[in-house]
Amino acid sequence: MNILHVLFKSSIGKKITMAVTGFILFGFVIGHLSGNLQIFAHPDKINAYAHFLEALGPGLWLIRLFLLAILIIHVWLAAQLTLENKAARPQGYQNQITLRATLASRYMRVTGVIVLVFIVYHLLHFTVRVTHGPEAYPNTVLIDGTPVRDVHSMIILGFQNPLISIFYILAVGLLSWHLRHGLVSMFQSIGWQTRTWSKALNKIVLAVCVLYFLGNALIVGAAMSGQVRIQNPQVAGYVCRTDCEICGLRNAATIAESDEAASDNQS
Amino acid sequence: MKVTLRVWRQKDGNSQGKFEEYAAEGLNPNMSFLEMLDVVNEDLIEKGEEPIAFAYDCREGICGTCSCMINGKPHGPENGATTCQTYMRSFKDGDVIVVEPFRAKAFPVQKDLVTDRAAFDSIMQAGGYITSRAGSCQDANAIPISKEIADLAMDAAACIGCGACVAACKNSSAMLFVSAKAGQLNLLPQGQPEKDSRVVNMVSAMDEAGFGNCTNQYECSAACPKLISEEFISKMNRDYLSASVKGLFSAKAL
Repeated sequence: MNILHVLFKSSIGKKITMAVTGFILFGFVIGHLSGNLQIFAHPDKINAYAHFLEALGPGLWLIRLFLLAILIIHVWLAAQLTLENKAARPQGYQNQITLRATLASRYMRVTGVIVLVFIVYHLLHFTVRVTHGPEAYPNTVLIDGTPVRDVHSMIILGFQNPLISIFYILAVGLLSWHLRHGLVSMFQSIGWQTRTWSKALNKIVLAVCVLYFLGNALIVGAAMSGQVRIQNPQVAGYVCRTDCEICGLRNAATIAESDEAASDNQS
Repeated sequence: MKVTLRVWRQKDGNSQGKFEEYAAEGLNPNMSFLEMLDVVNEDLIEKGEEPIAFAYDCREGICGTCSCMINGKPHGPENGATTCQTYMRSFKDGDVIVVEPFRAKAFPVQKDLVTDRAAFDSIMQAGGYITSRAGSCQDANAIPISKEIADLAMDAAACIGCGACVAACKNSSAMLFVSAKAGQLNLLPQGQPEKDSRVVNMVSAMDEAGFGNCTNQYECSAACPKLISEEFISKMNRDYLSASVKGLFSAKAL
């Protein structure tokens, strides 16, 4: 039997592919959140992390293309399954009642599409960096003097606009809700759900979704409320004391110098 | 008691159907839903009109012939009951009851409330059997089967093939039916020789018949007159995955 036929043509195979691609994307968002939670540490932490990822170069592009391919398969199959499901009942009932389907399961397509729109905006906002002017994407230097993007300040600047912040919170809320059905469902689709432990699975998934949402909302909330502050003196508009042990060399003048050096190199 | 019926009337598979209203009067609350339809039909016959066509056979909940979507739920408002086991006492005096046929591309309407559910037969022919010697039965305990497995297989075997799962599923998926039929045999030692080919063939027969895909909402299980668990769908997914993986590497005879 041809494996491609099983995974992309048979009804159960398509669901298994949805489950596997969904799980990979879930793994990515958990990793993404863990990376982002570094915003609560010293700015160097998340800036060095972002610099490390960017420095992977071709490796980073391999990961990005892999994730993009997985996302495309997930969305493409979802669309295909939806069309098949609509075609399986050409004429509907006058007043069908819902017996036990959860709200999360009934709104998978709606939450999925909104999350997809969000992903596009999010990539334009923080990865392609075109939704805002250059002042929203500052640079800084690490403690060892490496010039890097100031991701720490960029995130906080990004959440200064309440409309954008609300959109972010809404999108991760809907994603958590999407996962509420998706995570349970993937166990069913690959056949790992039984009555023996389905209640436990349900509770674990609920806890994971709530924690995932809170983790994301915490970052946006902390940035909006000023709990996490911009520490780049050039962006914040104040000058550090020269004898400060935390920032070391990184006062506004040093960052400006490294910026100039960088632009000199480019020209 | 009396009720008003809004019934789907359709001359045959090629005609357009529509709802028509009928007053059902002088009913006994202990009449079954089908007996109530009998009363309405006698009235219609006396008036010289075409009686409402509906499918039935045993009228005791074991044959799976009666169908009908009653007020938006297959087999009516009760849990774990077929249309013939639904009694008028489940409705209130003066209720308006909407009666439709099961709707799915794979279950074309033949007349009024009667649908052609032969798609289930083609799925059964694809793998709903075991190979065993013909002749007299062997000793009852010749093949040991644990109580747990026997009970679980019995739960699956309760399926009467009525199609309520397809009717209730918003995708018209037949996963609960196929999983009950394949699961019952796959659980038992007698079903082992064809275990892998059974699940693969039955699933592909199901796909070919034009049923939808499972979205794991389990409306099927809630509507099932035999309350078959969605656990069997999980088992079928597991069996299908394992059969497919095994199929990739298994040795093939010339």
